[in-house]
Amino acid sequence: MFYRENGQFKSTYASDQQMLPILQDRLFMAGVLVFAFGAVPLLASDYLFLSLLIPFLILTLAAIGLNLVVGYCGQISLGHAAFMAVGAYAAYNLVLRVPQLNFLVVLVLAGLIAAAVGLVFGIPSLRIKGLYLGVATLAAQFFMDWLFARVKWFTNYAHSGSVQTAPVDLFGWIVDTPVEKYLFLLAVLIVFTLIAKNLVRSHIGREWMAIRDMDVAAEVIGIRPVYAKLTAFAVSSFYVGVAGALWGFVHLGSWEPLAFSLTLSLNLLFMIIIGGMGSLLGSYFGAAFIVALPILLNQVPAWLGVPISTAMTSHLEFMIFGALIVFFLIVEPHGLARLWAIGKEKLRLWPFPH
Amino acid sequence: MKKNWPVLLLGAVLLIGLVLPLATGASAPGFYIEVLLGGLMAGVLYSLVALGFALIFKASGVFNFAQGAMVLFAALAVARLGEQMPLWAAIPLGMAIMVALAWLIERLVLRPLVNQEAIALFMATLGVTFFLDGFGQTVWGSDIYSIELGIAKEPVMVLQSVFQGGILVNKEDFFAAVVAAALVAGLALFFQMTPTGRALRAVADDHQAAQSIGIPLNRMWVIVWSVAGIVALVAGVIWGAKLGVQFSLSQVALKALPVVILGGFTSITGAIVGGLIIGVGEKMAEVFLGPILVKAFDLAGGGIENWFAYVLALLFLLVRPEGLFGEKHIDRV
Repeated sequence: MFYRENGQFKSTYASDQQMLPILQDRLFMAGVLVFAFGAVPLLASDYLFLSLLIPFLILTLAAIGLNLVVGYCGQISLGHAAFMAVGAYAAYNLVLRVPQLNFLVVLVLAGLIAAAVGLVFGIPSLRIKGLYLGVATLAAQFFMDWLFARVKWFTNYAHSGSVQTAPVDLFGWIVDTPVEKYLFLLAVLIVFTLIAKNLVRSHIGREWMAIRDMDVAAEVIGIRPVYAKLTAFAVSSFYVGVAGALWGFVHLGSWEPLAFSLTLSLNLLFMIIIGGMGSLLGSYFGAAFIVALPILLNQVPAWLGVPISTAMTSHLEFMIFGALIVFFLIVEPHGLARLWAIGKEKLRLWPFPH
Repeated sequence: MKKNWPVLLLGAVLLIGLVLPLATGASAPGFYIEVLLGGLMAGVLYSLVALGFALIFKASGVFNFAQGAMVLFAALAVARLGEQMPLWAAIPLGMAIMVALAWLIERLVLRPLVNQEAIALFMATLGVTFFLDGFGQTVWGSDIYSIELGIAKEPVMVLQSVFQGGILVNKEDFFAAVVAAALVAGLALFFQMTPTGRALRAVADDHQAAQSIGIPLNRMWVIVWSVAGIVALVAGVIWGAKLGVQFSLSQVALKALPVVILGGFTSITGAIVGGLIIGVGEKMAEVFLGPILVKAFDLAGGGIENWFAYVLALLFLLVRPEGLFGEKHIDRV
């Protein structure tokens, strides 16, 4: 009754091309932004920021990056945590060796370095497809894990192999309290979401989707597969590299090579599968789900008052996590974003069934 | 012959790599053969895990990431059951458990997901991996267990007259190689000679055509997952007897993945040959190439066997995307 586009005419090209064509969507989005920037910093506790909101924001950025290459371009990657690692270590070394650089510049440079590495590991996608490619991208994962653990230069010859970072300094603004971190990350995420949104609805995004839907047909109608696939890998790695730098500097503060292991890669993949492949909104949903689930599962035994050992909890967590993933795939293979779309469609017709 | 040049190239590079340490005198012949044998033994075990992957992919088109978790689960089951009863009873019981597991997976995971995209099925097996890792350790416990096969663990010195110092050979490794060979032969017979095997090959060829001539697809899937489960059990028992049954066993599967893509997803021969190539290649690289790299780049230790297999498989796929023995795929619009 309230959510419908009746009477909202598009009379200019600009209004035809806007991101949120329906007034109600724009109002809703404005409400979400006001809530995220205004209400959340006032309401949330430090615990909520540190364990839930900050990881959520960074992993959403990484999930968007992975979604660009897997969801939009159809090239499976199981090794994206490696590009997060590249971003994180690139940022670490840039800050260490060129201290006068502003952190935003460092962030972009780290992303570019990750993009270059992603480009190299994207080359196999020109020859290999599907799950073969998925396994081949594991090479990136294991090689990078090894590289950062063994080559001492990257960790500045630290004995334990772990690196420490100072809080982020933005033009004199030291981002070190949870609220500040949250606001900074939120701003970064919004900027990158806007860029991604515009990328996927421009010609390059359409090329990616054409390649995803059928690469041979796309090639026949004049889309260059080399260009499309490699740009997808590069842009995706850029996003993931930036996310990695943020993960290291803002979330972790100090980290070991293990911080970017295969588990993280698989978690990123879970995020976009559960959230919805080929959907930016889905990246948000998926990241929220994967970040929140372990925290919830940890709380459940305490709520029920059942004393369970920590080892048992972690095993149960694994089980429930796995079962939920299978369950989600069976119930809604297109992810939470699809549920959202169905909900919107229903709302449009409400109160009538058709 | 032109078609086969990537294979020849790979062979040539590997051969040069193989011969180099010996030719340059970097290692004593005895030690060299020990490393070679060690690599072959590891390769046999990779082959066993890779075999499970290939079987399931061939018959159901599912890339089963859970194979490693199945290896761990089966090994845990046998190890814990073995504490209660003799091994000859524990192993069949473990097999029965794996068959039940296969049936459950088919019922609860594969059947509801039929006709979904390959990536969705792959993700589902990732879910199964997590579930099995947790479930196995909840049911069977998460300590390190041992499986006693009743074979002497101390290495035997052979060929002392030929090489100075002789060659140390582990009896257990020999046993593993024999069992693996027997298993492969048995599987080959099963696939070639029995009606079920023929039906499985038909399913592998074309799901719809197989179904239309009356082959029950669901039952075939249960069978193939059961076979993969049993292969996982054998791999788990052998590996578990060697290293002890612990969580890291499921990581073995990650080593088997490059084997499958190197050999070709659908090929059983590929799984075996690929396993041997990777087993030998990574041991050789670790022992002979590792120290050179460490010295040249001032690394904090070797460990290149963690990625060597992957990079090898990746480079090979660049020249031959379908793997060594995979079927060439022709795309049509």
